[in-house]
Amino acid sequence: MLRQRVDDATAGASLERRLRRRWRLREKLIESWVFLAGILTIVILLGIIALLLREGLPAFSYTPPWEFFFGTKWYPVSEPPTFGITSFFVATLWVTLVATAISVPIGVACAAYLAEVAPAKVRETVKPIIEILAGIPSVVMGFIGLMLLSPLVQSAFDLNTGLCGLSAGIMLSLMSLPIIISVSEDALRAVPDDFREASYALGATKWETIRHVCIPGALSGITAAVMLGVGRAIGETMTVLMVAGGALAVPISPTNPMMPMTAAIASGIGNAVRGGLQYQALFAIGLILFVLTLAVNLIADRVLERQKRKFAR
Amino acid sequence: MVMLALALVLTACGGSPSTSIKIIGSNTVTPLSSVWAEEFMSQNPQVSISVSGPGSGVGIAALIDGTTDICQASRVIKQSEIDQAETNGVDPHEIQVASDGLSVVVHPSNPVSELTIAQLSAIYTDQITNWEEVGGNDAPIVALSRDTNSGTHVFFKEHVVQMLGLPTEEKSLEYGPSVLFLPSTQEGIDEVAQNPNAIFYPGLGYVTEEVKPVAIKRTASDPGVLPSAETVLDGTYPISRPLLYYTDGEPTGVIKSFIDYCLSSEGQEKVSDVGHVPLG
Repeated sequence: MLRQRVDDATAGASLERRLRRRWRLREKLIESWVFLAGILTIVILLGIIALLLREGLPAFSYTPPWEFFFGTKWYPVSEPPTFGITSFFVATLWVTLVATAISVPIGVACAAYLAEVAPAKVRETVKPIIEILAGIPSVVMGFIGLMLLSPLVQSAFDLNTGLCGLSAGIMLSLMSLPIIISVSEDALRAVPDDFREASYALGATKWETIRHVCIPGALSGITAAVMLGVGRAIGETMTVLMVAGGALAVPISPTNPMMPMTAAIASGIGNAVRGGLQYQALFAIGLILFVLTLAVNLIADRVLERQKRKFAR
Repeated sequence: MVMLALALVLTACGGSPSTSIKIIGSNTVTPLSSVWAEEFMSQNPQVSISVSGPGSGVGIAALIDGTTDICQASRVIKQSEIDQAETNGVDPHEIQVASDGLSVVVHPSNPVSELTIAQLSAIYTDQITNWEEVGGNDAPIVALSRDTNSGTHVFFKEHVVQMLGLPTEEKSLEYGPSVLFLPSTQEGIDEVAQNPNAIFYPGLGYVTEEVKPVAIKRTASDPGVLPSAETVLDGTYPISRPLLYYTDGEPTGVIKSFIDYCLSSEGQEKVSDVGHVPLG
């Protein structure tokens, strides 16, 4: 009987060993698969950078960088072609500025409401709805801007045409709102409750607590949210292509029709002869755009990291 | 019951399209190609044809890359594109399938009803910026154009902005910086329909009741001519152009029978339905 039990035990141990070996093999497989998936995204990113550099850099041998950045004439299909992207760059700045100016105050206020004021039930209903807003395709946003917003903007500001940077900026602000709200709300909720309780204990009102404790506490997270929203606005293409108007003049006010860099690429790449001068110039714009959004995202990342460290205990 | 369902599935498979033709290119030619494609598909159920219109340049690029069977274009292929095609082993073969007049349209409330080519050129190069200067109200002009993807953009630039073939021809003229470049013809029509100050140049097929075509005078001393099938065909309307199909080499097989259908009298009848001008 004792012997029997010992046998059972050894059998059980060998089974366990076998299981463990199989388990380890599976673990290895999954590990390498996850590793490959991780590497793949890096390889793709490096590939994109290499492609942008290879196709875009030759543009600067035809147009020196100085003239490319500060030239105001863009005649890609003329003989000889001229490439200057000042107007596109300024247009991108205007559109992003308008989008940020609208979406940041609304977004942060909304996040503060959701995180600090709203009862749990309201928050649980409203947050998914806001996230749905992020899922609306940009071409639909463009269509709404074209049909509904641009006539409104035209009559409200007494403009020659409603297709202008302002309309595009307003549409873009709607598109970056969900990101700003969602990330800022997370940042606000990461502020420890001790802070709020201490503030109340000192006799502060709810508003004073939000204004002087919660928002400063979550400031780095909110900054990251804003940067992510800005990154979205800079890179958005379809909406600005449809709504911004697409004029080549350097816009001096957001109510001018303008062509941001993304729209310039989209409206020219189809006609560009592959490897030709226009093709290279458009890739060069793409390269600049990539550097711009990369910088914005890196800053956002760095700031978010700081936020995490601040409350990690 | 199961057998019946199976039989149905099988016949459905048997009747499904076995050959497909892809047509990519000009936004202007898209409505015409779509009508032809629908008609041809209903006569030949085994063929499926897809039509898309991102612009002539895109179509030609697709032909060069071998990703389309037919390229529809509203401008002639450029020498640089032919060279590129040849290095890719593609031999672009040109077939004119119809003609088109570029109408110039304004808002129905705009009193201007006649413009010369020189005036249009001045409007599109920002030299004339107020409707008063061409006999209209005291209001700023909002000049709309297609973007550089479009064959219409290039055609209008050469024939109107640079006044090709007129004594005043000037090759160095370009669209002015305040001209708005739009990604589609329909967007231009929509904007003109709601903006009293706008002017745009859609193909004849796009003109609707909501916009007003303007009579065009070749020079100030010529009579103004409104765009129509007749005036394009007899050559009195100054802004007209061929609508073209490009294939890789002479078309063969089902592509040839499709193009033969387009060029047949039955196919050419559809041309006027869509608002373009049939081949004479």
